Amino acid sequence: MIPAVEVSHLVKQFGRLTAVNDLSFAVDPGELFGFLGPNGAGKSTTIHILCTLLAPTSGRASVAGFDCFRDPVQVRRSIGIIFQDPSLDERLTARENLEFHGMIYHMEKPLRRRRIEEVLKFVELWDRRDSVARTFSGGMKRRLEVARGLMHEPKVLFLDEPTIGLDPQTRHRIWTLMGELRAQQRTTFFMTTHSMEEAERCDRVAILDNGRLLALGRPPDLVREHRAKNLEEVFLGLTGHGLRDEEVSNREISRGRVKKMRAWA
Amino acid sequence: MFDFQAIRMIWLREMIRMSRDRTQIAGSLARPILWLVILGLGLGSAFPGFGRQPYTAFLFPGIVAMNLLYGSFLSAISVIWDREFGFLKEMLVAPISRSSIALGKSASGATVAMVQGGLVFLFLPLIGVSVPFWKLLLGLPAMFLIAFPLTAMGLLLASRMTSFEGFGTLANFVVMPMFFLSGAVFPLGSAPPFLRALGRVNPMTYGVDLLRAVFYGTHAHPLWFSVSALGLFSAAAISGAVAAFSRRS
Repeated sequence: MIPAVEVSHLVKQFGRLTAVNDLSFAVDPGELFGFLGPNGAGKSTTIHILCTLLAPTSGRASVAGFDCFRDPVQVRRSIGIIFQDPSLDERLTARENLEFHGMIYHMEKPLRRRRIEEVLKFVELWDRRDSVARTFSGGMKRRLEVARGLMHEPKVLFLDEPTIGLDPQTRHRIWTLMGELRAQQRTTFFMTTHSMEEAERCDRVAILDNGRLLALGRPPDLVREHRAKNLEEVFLGLTGHGLRDEEVSNREISRGRVKKMRAWA
Repeated sequence: MFDFQAIRMIWLREMIRMSRDRTQIAGSLARPILWLVILGLGLGSAFPGFGRQPYTAFLFPGIVAMNLLYGSFLSAISVIWDREFGFLKEMLVAPISRSSIALGKSASGATVAMVQGGLVFLFLPLIGVSVPFWKLLLGLPAMFLIAFPLTAMGLLLASRMTSFEGFGTLANFVVMPMFFLSGAVFPLGSAPPFLRALGRVNPMTYGVDLLRAVFYGTHAHPLWFSVSALGLFSAAAISGAVAAFSRRS
């Protein structure tokens, strides 16, 4: 069986900073895999390498049997991504966003039309298909991104904190959708989260800090091995109680920058 | 290497965005009002002894070129925003080649700029200049030829920029010098030698000259020379943009 995701001795350095340090693990097809760690642990860097946006410094990473560095187009064909920051085109309607997505994934028009209807109904946005994405609430935008990530039926879906900032209703809905998909299509889910409650629902979790793998296993097993009450205790035990300096979100910086740019233009 | 469905998609998307964005249109109407109507008519009447044609007529192709410059650069610069939070991120993880993205962005940015340059035509009656309609139509492909390498060059610069703060610098050190040293506002022929020399290496010089040739039939450089200069600039700029987009850190 070819693993859905395989990482071996992966290293990524940015100048003198080692963001990912000799990381190795594998994810089985159909698995719901949680990728946990404090801010700056190396989660996003690993996901960016897996999604072919970054090149590894050394080591190997592959998705669905394709090498992320040597065979990026094959990897991209096999994956879907729901980014932490929104990546919709807010000036386009829900349907147009999906239409263009289908075009760059080389889906023929009839298939595109059929899948648009399916995924929009799946995330309950079919009634709003001709509304411009800008008018959507945060939860609706997220659902539209989920629909888009699923539209080309990826083998592996990466979700970078998919439920952050969402209300409990939307969060619940997204989890239900993931469950349905796993039952129907054996899609592999690779997600990062800071919510221990969500992490406990994963088949297996990897706990990461300073670019190194600290623990890997099924949540109940990890709790037992570490003689802890719950996963949160395992997590804090491994990564410490010290606070991490959170980097200012890209979005906040650039929103300010955009205002400056508009003033200039 | 090039994926035409992806290029078409990027182009179509930009057209839809243009049709829904009024601020861009407002900007491309404001520039000719400031430069052509106010400055052109004002300066023209202060210095009536300017060459054989009225100053506004001389200035008109230059302001078309100005809108091409701004339209191309702004559309190229928008990829910085797109890369962080927008659709570019979606495209970078899609199964299409980076070269198709660069080519699609250049073609669509050039089309947007061409439309913005065309908006300057609306001011012709106001400045008392008449250019036959067919010559204006003939100007459109010339305008695309000018805007395409500018957008590609903008993409190349944008790929090196991590923030929008750089845009002010870009405007001051790239856009404005290219505009002033192109013969858009004053004839380079009567300028001091060092300005003339700078003008000669500025690709915009050949763009403005090409527009004068199309609109009025007057030109400082042979037509084939201007077209080849712009073609060469296009080839260099698009190669640079493709290379910049293909690099993975």
